[in-house]
This record gives sequence, structure tokens and C-alpha cells, in this order.
Amino acid sequence: MTQFNYHSPANSGDAARLFKTSGDPKYVAGGQSLLPTIRLGLADPSDLIDLHGIADLSSIKASGNLVSIGAMSTHADVAESAEVQRAIPALAYLAGHIGDRQVRNRGTIGGSLANSDPAACYPAGVLGLGATINTDRRKIAADDYFQGLFTTALEPGELITSVDFPVPEKAAYVKLRNPASHFPLVGVFVAKTAGGVRVAVTGAGACAFRVKAMEDALNAGFSADALKGIKVDPSELNRDLHATPAYRAQLINVLARRAVAAA
Amino acid sequence: MSDMSTQSPLGQAVRRKEDYRFLTGGGRYTDDIRLDNQAYAYFLRSPHAHARIKGYGLEAAKQSPGVLGILTGADIKAAGIGGLPCGWLITDVNGQPMKEPPHPVLAIDKVRYVGDHVALVVADTLAQAKAAAALIEVDYDVLPAVVKGPDALKPGAPQVHDDAAPNNTSYVWQIGDKAAADAAIAKAHHVTRLEFDNNRLVPNAIEPRAAVAHYDRANDQYTLYVSNQNPHVERLLMTAFVLGLPEHKVRVIAPDVGGGFGSKIYLYAEETAMVFFSKQIGRPIKWTCERTEEFLSVAHGRDHHSVAELAMDKEGNFLALRVKTNANLGAYLSTFGSCVPTILYATLLAGQYKTPAIHAEVTAVFTNTAPVDAYRGAGRPEATYLVERIVETAARDMKMDPTEIRRRNFITQFPYQTPVALQYDTGNYAASLDKCLKMADVEGYPARKQASEAKGMKRGIGYSCYIEACGIAPSRVAGALGARAGLFEVGQIRVHPTGKISVFTGTHSHGQGHETTFAQVVSDRLGVPMADIEVVHGDTDRIPFGMGTYGSRSLAVGGTAIVKATEKIVAKGKKIAAHLMEAAESDIEFKDGKFAVAGTDKSLPFAQVALTAYVPHNYPLETLEPGLDETAFFDPANFTFPAGCYVCEVEIDPETGHTRIDRFTAVDDFGNVVNPMIVEGQVHGGIAQGIGQALLEACIYDKESGQLLTASFMDYAMPHASDLPTFQVGTTCTPCTVNPLGVKGCGEAGAIGSPPAVINAITDALGVRDIAMPATPLRVWETLQANQ
Repeated sequence: MTQFNYHSPANSGDAARLFKTSGDPKYVAGGQSLLPTIRLGLADPSDLIDLHGIADLSSIKASGNLVSIGAMSTHADVAESAEVQRAIPALAYLAGHIGDRQVRNRGTIGGSLANSDPAACYPAGVLGLGATINTDRRKIAADDYFQGLFTTALEPGELITSVDFPVPEKAAYVKLRNPASHFPLVGVFVAKTAGGVRVAVTGAGACAFRVKAMEDALNAGFSADALKGIKVDPSELNRDLHATPAYRAQLINVLARRAVAAA
Repeated sequence: MSDMSTQSPLGQAVRRKEDYRFLTGGGRYTDDIRLDNQAYAYFLRSPHAHARIKGYGLEAAKQSPGVLGILTGADIKAAGIGGLPCGWLITDVNGQPMKEPPHPVLAIDKVRYVGDHVALVVADTLAQAKAAAALIEVDYDVLPAVVKGPDALKPGAPQVHDDAAPNNTSYVWQIGDKAAADAAIAKAHHVTRLEFDNNRLVPNAIEPRAAVAHYDRANDQYTLYVSNQNPHVERLLMTAFVLGLPEHKVRVIAPDVGGGFGSKIYLYAEETAMVFFSKQIGRPIKWTCERTEEFLSVAHGRDHHSVAELAMDKEGNFLALRVKTNANLGAYLSTFGSCVPTILYATLLAGQYKTPAIHAEVTAVFTNTAPVDAYRGAGRPEATYLVERIVETAARDMKMDPTEIRRRNFITQFPYQTPVALQYDTGNYAASLDKCLKMADVEGYPARKQASEAKGMKRGIGYSCYIEACGIAPSRVAGALGARAGLFEVGQIRVHPTGKISVFTGTHSHGQGHETTFAQVVSDRLGVPMADIEVVHGDTDRIPFGMGTYGSRSLAVGGTAIVKATEKIVAKGKKIAAHLMEAAESDIEFKDGKFAVAGTDKSLPFAQVALTAYVPHNYPLETLEPGLDETAFFDPANFTFPAGCYVCEVEIDPETGHTRIDRFTAVDDFGNVVNPMIVEGQVHGGIAQGIGQALLEACIYDKESGQLLTASFMDYAMPHASDLPTFQVGTTCTPCTVNPLGVKGCGEAGAIGSPPAVINAITDALGVRDIAMPATPLRVWETLQANQ
């Protein structure tokens, strides 16, 4: 591992200033993706700006029809939060089934969203619930946030501070794990929200995406049977050692039906 | 525990003595060894599967900060260091010795797999060694690669060793009566045929390989700490066959070792290069393999392609089995790479059955992949998979119950001479089958199947009746079959003046619990409490000699050597006791830790006899040496033959292809059991690895580039606890006849017996003839799509 400067700013303003004045900086939240990447020599930042010292980035608040989760909340925090469990149990379930116990105790929602791994669980929940991503500069709607492989709407140095989740009428998340990494081969988040049904898929494409045909069918009638025969075009889907595009297309349909049934 | 001295611990589920150390972080592994002034090694490895080395540019690397030295194949060649040896000579069908191309310590002129050793860089720190390695320029002429065994034989295939092994072939070897098998197959009522792979696996011990090499100039003595299963063999091979160092000046220590599964039997290039270089560097050198590096460079397991034909008469009696196997050796012959797909494989093709004619032909080929060698079971899982898959398929072909066809063909008379060299001493296969069917509640299966189908799931049941040859090995038999080493074991009992005991064993414990099991044996034999017995292993300076731990041999061979040593202790103790009690030696009985004069109430405790041996004031010094320290070598008369029956029940989700193992029942005949808890643990671990092979583990090289595509846990699926059910485990017992303990060995059984049980269950559920391992969700779903 090469050397880097380590910073632990006390507030987001200092964090942003450090980011601006460093050569090739990286924010580090839980470090569950960044640190292995550095160890493998795939990233070589000059400065690591640790966000753990910033106050107020890890609170979880539920009020009215909104659950607001601080960016530094760990997956375990979200999974175990009584408020999340009460308001959006599907989100607590999702957080409680990311990786393993060690990952859940370190990994954060902000880190996961900033990284936007194509097989991460959170993007499905954020997109499926139509959440709003709050940064130190602006609010970004989930629909505008995920832009491609490890690519998001975040600008250089922009810091996620919290994520606001509207409370849905009902929702569920179902995934099938990659037998090796235990990342989802495919994960589907289905939510019946005030603005209609949303179906978000992770693990299958370059980044999380919605399936409009399924949403239309479910808006017409919220039942698993409504999704029969609705397949995502496999030509858009990922191919790797563990799944073909055709298999992923099958899983999207199967898991979406199961999510509807579970919601 | 107070009654320990009177009640034998043999057969008791005694808690493992070593676990306090392991569970409280007190284990001392090779990476925990820190020697003064130690430097760090890093191996530059080939990024190509096959390439000529045209030259090296080393100057920038040599000038890099902290670098102490760089060793390449050119230096190895200049120093006249020979290649790594293969420990078993296979003679081919034409009576010619196998082709043994050189296996250089560092690549000379050519690299032959991704991960092949190009250079050893030693620096003050690991980071400096890595940084320097990145500055080494190697001028490669990249060649086409071949990674699959059958592809290696195709016309125009890249030649891994050029003229040293034409057609990439080390040998074509056969066993059994070809004419008899051919004739029986030609006139059989039915022949069941299957063609399949036995998938390549990466062992992945939790502790990767590691070594610390140190040369002590003052004493002209080398010390090597290495994560290894057989330190004496490591030393013998390294000194006598490669480096030409005096054996008595090299000490090999294998401290606590975090799993081996076979992969740490072998003499590897890394520690050999390090021992050689340690004298030049003049400082201790430390190396710990990283995980992806381990994937690339550890010896892999399995990787067979086979065609099997089983001939039957109308009643389902087996008439003949004919097998053709292509075994992928990888790029080089590893230490036991040659005997795994031959001696340890084809000799087991009789299985538990009295098939009268068997013939097997094995073609062993080189490819541009990591060397393949013994991995938990070593040849016997491949044989069991073949036999139990074809037997189950034959039952389906013949519309017979799979247990009935097995029962009909079971060997029931012992000793039994198989048509493939082995003689089974004892067994009762029907007893294990009966017990397993009962424990597995096979009677309740139809109801469970109905329940699964009602929820839209598919359920299947599969059987496996395995046999293995363990307690490796009788040296005479092994020698006749080509072994270049003896396969006895050594035990030494040192009774201290206070009656406490140190037991020195040539076997090595890396998870097996020898420190407990062997102490139980000694406690039973000498009547000394467990707490007064220490088992010592893993150090060539402390242990007289040893062949190490593999092939489920430690208790059957090593335990017996210890028993023989206890017998010598008792015999000498009787002489001392007879002198002290003024009785005839023939009147002395040893029982419950006491030497007693038969028919009297006169007796002496063991500790008093021990003290007398070391304080020989009143002692027959004219006829008896003082001291109480005895060593025994034991070379068994035959292998041992653990056998058993496994039943697996799976439930498959046809929409996702996901297989859930709902029930797994194992009944094993290990002969007598010294510690049932340890045995059960061994079976659990073995089954987990077997299920890993059947459902999860796939070592995949890219066909074109020869790159290892599954070089981390992100892509290579190891079994997790969540992939496994609670196993139901039981035993039956026919005591082994070739050792006084009556034990057979239990370390490998689970990995041997389970894969065919799982695949038989899956093919039953899917209603298909075959599915390749690992039966991943993708593969199961695609199989269902293809058969709709």
C-alpha cells in the first residue's frame, strides 16, 4: 500500500475545504469498498478524508411521511433502527441483509450510494422508494442520481449528508445472492408509493434502474400475477461468471413477483 | 476429571486440548514468527499463461530503496539448482517411465502458468519488495495457452514442455484387465455410459502458505518455518533432491498450521528459493502468501474428464466397469501429482461392489494452469464420484431402486481382492446403508416430495456408498507401485522422571486435533492422566522422523507407532518393576497405570517406575539401561478402508435454479473411534467441502488467455454455513485388522462421499441424466430450460 495523508475533519465545511486543497483526495466513510480497492492497488489517493468525525451525519429521524437517514449511518444502524423498522420495514430488511455482520457494522448508506456498485443493495431501495439524496450542495432525486457504472450525479468533492425516504404504503426487497461474493446476482425493490408503484432493480445492469413496464402493470393491479410475462430486455443486462443476461432477465421477473407478494 | 486415571478416555468425546490456545488467540502460526532483523520476500509472478522469457531488466529494481537482493531463474540455472522433485514414478502402458519435465524453482527460459515464479525480491520491508518487483522488466514472447486437459491432446495444441513431454503427455497408464472388461461390456444386457468432468478446486486453507527462512552463519545451520503438513518430507526433498544441503544442518518447523487439506504437503518453489537465498542475504527472510496469490500458485485439486461404462446383466448385477480418464496435471508435476490420478484413484474404482472386471486408462497431461495435486481425498473423491454417479444412473436405466442395485452388488466376503490391486480387509456396507436409510427417514421422503411439489418446488434424493483407501501406506506396496519414499510413521514416548510424558509424533496436526486424540491413546495405554501428556509435532529437531499427515493416516499409522512405543515403555517398565518388587518379570502385569505382581497385592505406580529409571540407585544396571524413552517406527501391512453411506435430499426452486440442501445424512465405518466429537467434526468439515465441490466451487481459467478468472472469494464460491443444513452423522464399526487400534481414518471421508450424493439428488429432482459440478443456480436453471 502506498502512503497517503489522513484527515479527520470535524464538520462538512472542513471536509470540503480539505477535498479542494488536496491533490487526489478521497472521502472515506465505512471504507468497505475503498480500502480493499487501495490495498489491491486499484486506487492510489493522496489524501483520505475520514468522515467519522463529522457530527450529525449518522442520525436517523422519522417524522410524518419521511424517514431521514444520516449518510454515516451504518447498515447495522439502519437495520436495527426501531423507527426504520416501523416506517419502512423493507428498508430495514435490505440494510440487515447487506454483506455480512462485519460489513454491516462498518459500511454506511452514504458510502454505498457514493460508490454506486452495480450490485449494491441500497441503490435498489433508494430508487425503489423514490428517495432524495441530500448533499452539502443540493438535493438530488433518486431518479436523477444513478447514471452508470460507478457513476452518479455527485460532483467532485460533493458530500452526501443524508437520504430522505418517503414512507410507502407497502414495499419489499428480494434478492438472490451471488454464491461467491454474496452480493445480489439480482435484487428487486418494489414499493407502492403515493406517486404510484416503483420497481427498482440492482445487480443486473450498469447501475440500479427502474422497470416501467412492471410499474405500469402493478399500477393497474398490484398483484404478482400482473407481472407474468413481463421480461426486461436481456441485451441490456450484465454477463459474468455467475449469471447470463437471460438468467438475470428471468430473475428480475421472478424476484419482482416475489417482492410484490411479500410487500 | 478425578476418575480419569481409572477410566480410559478412549472412545470419549474429550474436549480438544489445543482449542484453548486457538480460541484465545494464542496459536502461533508461521506469520506470527518474527526473527530479529528479518527481511521480506515478494515473488514476481508471470502475468502470462505461457511465454518465453527473452530477458530481464533488473537494474532499476536493484537500485530501488531497501532492496537486498533479487533472484531469478537465470541465477537458479547458474547455481546448478535442480528442479522440484516428483515423489512417485508412474510407469506407462509401454513400460516407460512417465515424462518428468524439469520443474524449476524459478522459471527458466519459459513461464507456464499465470502465477509461475519469475523472481524473488527481498527487501527491508514488504512494501519495498513489492515496489522493486514492479520495476523488474521481463521481456516476454507470449505463446498460445492450453488450460483444459482434453484440449491439451488436440492436434496443434500449444506444447507446455515442448520436447520434454510430447503431446503434453506425462503418461498413459492403465490398471485392470482390459480384455475381460471389453468382453463383458460387449455381451452385457445393458451398459450405462456417462461422460463428465470432476471440477478443478482451489483448496483455500484459511491460513495461506507462509515461510520464514533463516541461515545461521555461526552454526552453518538453516532454519525454515513453513506452513506445512510434513516437515521431515519437506526437509528431505529440499535438501537431498534440490539444494544439495546437508540434511542434518537444516531444521524445518511447521508450527500451528491453519488448515492444509493436502495443499501443504508439497515442496513448493517459494520456500526452496527462500532457503537458498537466505544464506546470500544473510538475514531471515519472511514471506506470507496473499489470497489471490494463493489462488494462483497453490496446488489445485481434481480436474478430471472421464468416460465411464458400467455393464450389467438383466438383474442388475455389475459385470464390468470401463473407465477412460484425462487428468490435468497443470503446468508441472507437483510432489504427488503423478500418483493422485492413478494409484489413489483407479485402485478405488471397485467401490463397495464385486464388479468382476474393471479396466481404467488414465492419460495425464500438462496444461498452462497451476499444478494439480492431492486435495482432501486425492483421487478417491474422483473415483467415488465416478462410481456412485454411474451406479445411481444404472439404477435409473434399469428402473431399479438405487439402494437395491447397490445392495445386490455389495462385497460381503472379506478379505476381498478387487480387480484393481487393493485388498479390502473388512467392512459391512449393508450395515451402513441400513443405518443411513433409517437416520435419513427415507420412508418419509415421498411425503416430503409431495409437500415440496405443492409449493412449486422440486425435491430429489441421492445416495452415495463410498470407500476409500487410507492409512497411507504400506511402504512395500507403495514402493512396488512407484513411490519414491517410505510411508511408515514414527512415535516416540519420553517418560520424564516425574512420570509426565512427552509424545513425539512424525504426523502433523493442522486442525485434526492430534494433541487430544494421541493423548487419549497414550493415556489409555499407560494409565497416565491426559493432563500429564503433551503431544509434540512439527519440528525436525524435536521429532526423530516422520512422513506427516495426509491420506487420513495419522491415527492409523502414526497412532500405531505411538502404541508400539508405549508397548516398549511397558516392557521396560516391567523389568524395572520386577527388580524393585523382587519378582519374575513374567509375573509383572501392567494395568490401570500400575505394575503389579500377579496374584499378589504388590504393585508400583507408573510414576515410581519412571523415577527409578532416572534415579537408578536400586536398578539392574548390568542388564538394563537407565531412562524411559522409547521410539517405534510402524509400517502397516495394508491400507485401511473406511467406507460409508451418505444420503442427500435437495429442494430446488425451478424459477431461480437455487438448490437448498434440505437434509444430509452420513453414516461412516471408521473402525474404532477414539474421540467421537473430533471424528464428527472431521466429517462435518469434509461434507462441507464436498458440498462446496458439488454446488459452489469452480476454478475457471480463460480458455484463450489462460488467466485465472476465479482468483478471489468474490468469484470463487466457498461454502458458507448458510449454504449447509445441519448434518445427521452416525457411525458403524468393523474394526480395522491392520493396526492394533482397529482404526481406519476419518479426515477425508466427508469430501469423498458427499459430491455424488448431492448430484444424484439434483439429477433426481430435475429428472435429468447429468448436471456438471458445481450445480450453481445458473446451471440448474439452464438445465431446466434445456429440458423443458
